[in-house]
Amino acid sequence: MKHTDCALIIGGNPAANHPISMRHLQKARDERGAKLLSVDPRYTHTSSKSDLYAQLRSGTDIAFMGGLINYAIENGLYHEEYVKHYTNASFLVTDDYAFDEGIFSGYDEGDRSYDNSQWVFQTDDEGNILKDESLSDPRCVFQLLKKHFSRYDIDTVISITGTSKEDFIEVAETFCGTADPNKTGTIMYAMGTTQHTKGSQNVRSYAIIQLLLGNVGRPGGGVNAMRGECNVQGSTDFALLFHLMPGYLSAPNASENHRNLEAYKAAETPSGGYWENTPNFLVSLLKAYYGDKATSENDFGYDYFPKGRRNYSHISLFEAMFDGEIKGMFTWGQNPVVGGPNSRKEKKAMENLDWFVSIDLWETETAAFWTEQSGADPTNIDTEVFMLPACGPYEKEGTVSNSGRWMQYRYQAIEPKNDARSDAWIVHNLANRIKKLYEGENNPVAEPIQALSWDFGQGDYPEIDLIAREINGYDLKTGRTVESFAVLKDDGSTSCGNWIYSGFYPDAGPGEEKNLSKRRDDEDTGMDNYLNWSYAWPLNRRVLYNRASADPQGNPWASDKEAIWWDASQSSWVGHDVPDFGADVDPNSEGGTDAFIMRGYGKASLYSADGMTDGPFPEHYEPYESPISDNPFSKVDLNPAVKIWDGKMNDRGSVSEYPIVATNYRLTEHWQSGSMTRNQEWVSELMPYMFIEMSEELAEEKGISERDKVVVESARGSIEAYAMVTKRFKPFKVKGKKVHQIGMPWHYGYQGIATGEIANVLTPHIGDANTMIPEYKAFLCDVRRANS
Amino acid sequence: MMELSRRQFLKLSGATAATLAVVELGFDPKKAQAESNEFKIAHSEVTPTICPYCSVGCGILVHVKDGDVVYTEGDPDHPINRGTLCPKGNGIRQLYTSEKRVERPKYRAPGSTEWEEVDWDWALGRIAENVKKTRDESFVVEEDGMTVNHTEAIANLGGAALENEEVYMIQKLMRGLGLTYIEHQARI
Repeated sequence: MKHTDCALIIGGNPAANHPISMRHLQKARDERGAKLLSVDPRYTHTSSKSDLYAQLRSGTDIAFMGGLINYAIENGLYHEEYVKHYTNASFLVTDDYAFDEGIFSGYDEGDRSYDNSQWVFQTDDEGNILKDESLSDPRCVFQLLKKHFSRYDIDTVISITGTSKEDFIEVAETFCGTADPNKTGTIMYAMGTTQHTKGSQNVRSYAIIQLLLGNVGRPGGGVNAMRGECNVQGSTDFALLFHLMPGYLSAPNASENHRNLEAYKAAETPSGGYWENTPNFLVSLLKAYYGDKATSENDFGYDYFPKGRRNYSHISLFEAMFDGEIKGMFTWGQNPVVGGPNSRKEKKAMENLDWFVSIDLWETETAAFWTEQSGADPTNIDTEVFMLPACGPYEKEGTVSNSGRWMQYRYQAIEPKNDARSDAWIVHNLANRIKKLYEGENNPVAEPIQALSWDFGQGDYPEIDLIAREINGYDLKTGRTVESFAVLKDDGSTSCGNWIYSGFYPDAGPGEEKNLSKRRDDEDTGMDNYLNWSYAWPLNRRVLYNRASADPQGNPWASDKEAIWWDASQSSWVGHDVPDFGADVDPNSEGGTDAFIMRGYGKASLYSADGMTDGPFPEHYEPYESPISDNPFSKVDLNPAVKIWDGKMNDRGSVSEYPIVATNYRLTEHWQSGSMTRNQEWVSELMPYMFIEMSEELAEEKGISERDKVVVESARGSIEAYAMVTKRFKPFKVKGKKVHQIGMPWHYGYQGIATGEIANVLTPHIGDANTMIPEYKAFLCDVRRANS
Repeated sequence: MMELSRRQFLKLSGATAATLAVVELGFDPKKAQAESNEFKIAHSEVTPTICPYCSVGCGILVHVKDGDVVYTEGDPDHPINRGTLCPKGNGIRQLYTSEKRVERPKYRAPGSTEWEEVDWDWALGRIAENVKKTRDESFVVEEDGMTVNHTEAIANLGGAALENEEVYMIQKLMRGLGLTYIEHQARI
């Protein structure tokens, strides 16, 4: 970030929520004169530190970014050489692909889903993609992109985003100025981007503008997710998600494509790109899971893996629990009664559980879902509830992975408090006990869990080095850990728990310790990469796709933006970073400009032929609950590929009843559902009360004064809190009409020192078409003074 | 043990070294006064950690003395924060000292209006039995002629604040048991 010339901060508020990241942006400002642009529904802490603030109504990111894309193309403000060589701009798309009135080809209205086989590229008889290097063919990606976003002219865009024309043009001019190869711009985003019914396409729209401007894979560039938890990067890498296995391998599902190991390999292994190694990663993972029980005769235990048959994401999970399908649940440091969408429904759903285990430092709202204080009648709730005290972060040891994929070691500073235990101890002892209960059984239900290897030492505490070795992977013959995922095999001779982490514990014999995440050399090795501080996956590469930091011939695009470059004398890529590319692949050889190595064809996707469920290009649709009924971009108001949840407690609000747009956000002093911070005295005192933030204009209309108690109501429920009247919200002008928006923190609940009503009582069960991430950030409500 | 370069070690132990220098002077009335006035972190043991909140990944030093966390501060050597911290990161001492911490395992029986304290052995034993019972009653080995080996009756949520080694173990056990409902904060 220190090397950026312009940071566009949208859907995030780093000054409040990732404060130390601002340190680096400030350096960019001081040392390079970088510009900071803040685009947000609210004038945030970040806005106050920025050169320009542009107002944006919640849920209109794609309109805004579509406007930028159109502006860049219309004004020739794109990095043409980068676009030609590193993106799929020249690829020709078949005539099946079409877009008409908000709907892409292949749509099935009954299923609310697309058949993406109509979005594919033209190929020759050998399957090679046809291209037009001049980017002029009307079926090439660049021309289709240009056509798609030509509809996003400035006046139409600002008519629904609510941005002023001057602000929009200034953002566009400033950010698109980074198309100059000597400059780079970065986009920083957070949950304000993703928590929408088109959250994934919001991110896609950022990626497209960054690719057009030539800003990906370069110092000071990128599309940067500011992630919210200290190890949410790691917990995603390790697949605490239904649809994945560690290292972003698809979780097997009950389809013909995944029937057995051979079918899975055929379906999941692309021809071209690094994912060609999928079989090596998968079989090594199976060896880590099932050890000696994974043999070539039994498909390395592939059948032991659970195969799912539908979507099991968070909303689906609580819908199924509400319907009585789930009998038992564990939560490890998660508090859905505060953090889940439509939280009253999620809390109610828990009453259907036979048993529930909360593993946490605190008695959270979720742990206390059955208490009178929570509004429940305990005598009618038959759930067995277990509260297991977990220890704090410095009462144990292990690694966490930050937003930049740095895997850093946390040491144990003190013994666990009271009778608390680490989560590792708890899961280790639980696993041993469950496996013991199955000892001696001889039936197909017992077999998968009996086959699971669990070799983390004989002690009461699991041995962290044994876990680390299993994650890193090792050669089964020698017992030495592997140096890289490149040596993993699909013949059962290597074991590896998560291929992307291979290399953090390299070349260590049995009993030998070699954990690179512990490194603490704080000397800058160049371009602030600190290559000897901790470890970054994959293989200590700090900037992904850094081949794109150099031009097609292998020279840095700009002298002060050097990452790696081709040194012909050594026939090797050298520089300030570990090449995220074949180190000896000559730029002039075949594949020498295929900078995006994880893509099947080595090019970044301006057009996504197979990655998205809701279209190859982003398209603006309104939120599930929208203040307008006439989307100017098409006749389709809601993303046509989202799943609609009906049934009890899933009411949808209309603008006639709930005319005000609402969003939620975080505060510096509290964290997530607040369980960590609302149980501490200092930060509780700093930010003690739940509040509703609104504009002076809305407060005046409603007769509300600062610190009045107000009621906010949505179709799901209502909450009461103090009013906070500020200049930070301003009414939007949307299609000529005044639209109000309010905001509120979502940290509060009924447990702890600082208590307050739960914001997520208001939010709906509706999710993004790709990820089913809930639409927390744009819903409808009404607000009034509480009766005093 | 953590590995520190000599330069970093000196930085970390600066306060301690200053105190030792006074002690080595032998008995001196001034020494007694110096000891009584010395910083509370003078003889503390310093351990580096990483902030448990957002994912910027700032370094923090934890000072422990007499079995208590007496102070925490930004790690001056850490390239991300160079000693700086936000209000949350600054306050992580209270993660240990807070009186709100759950002290021992608790159990709430069906229909009961209160918790009762239990020991780990009983709690883990009972949970393991519950898992086995629910799993055995709901497990599907085969469906439509395909091996599926799953249970849809147990859910696992969390946790993005846990360590990589821990989440690896959790997902391994849960997938090993056949769970399909495996989710956490990254989804929401």
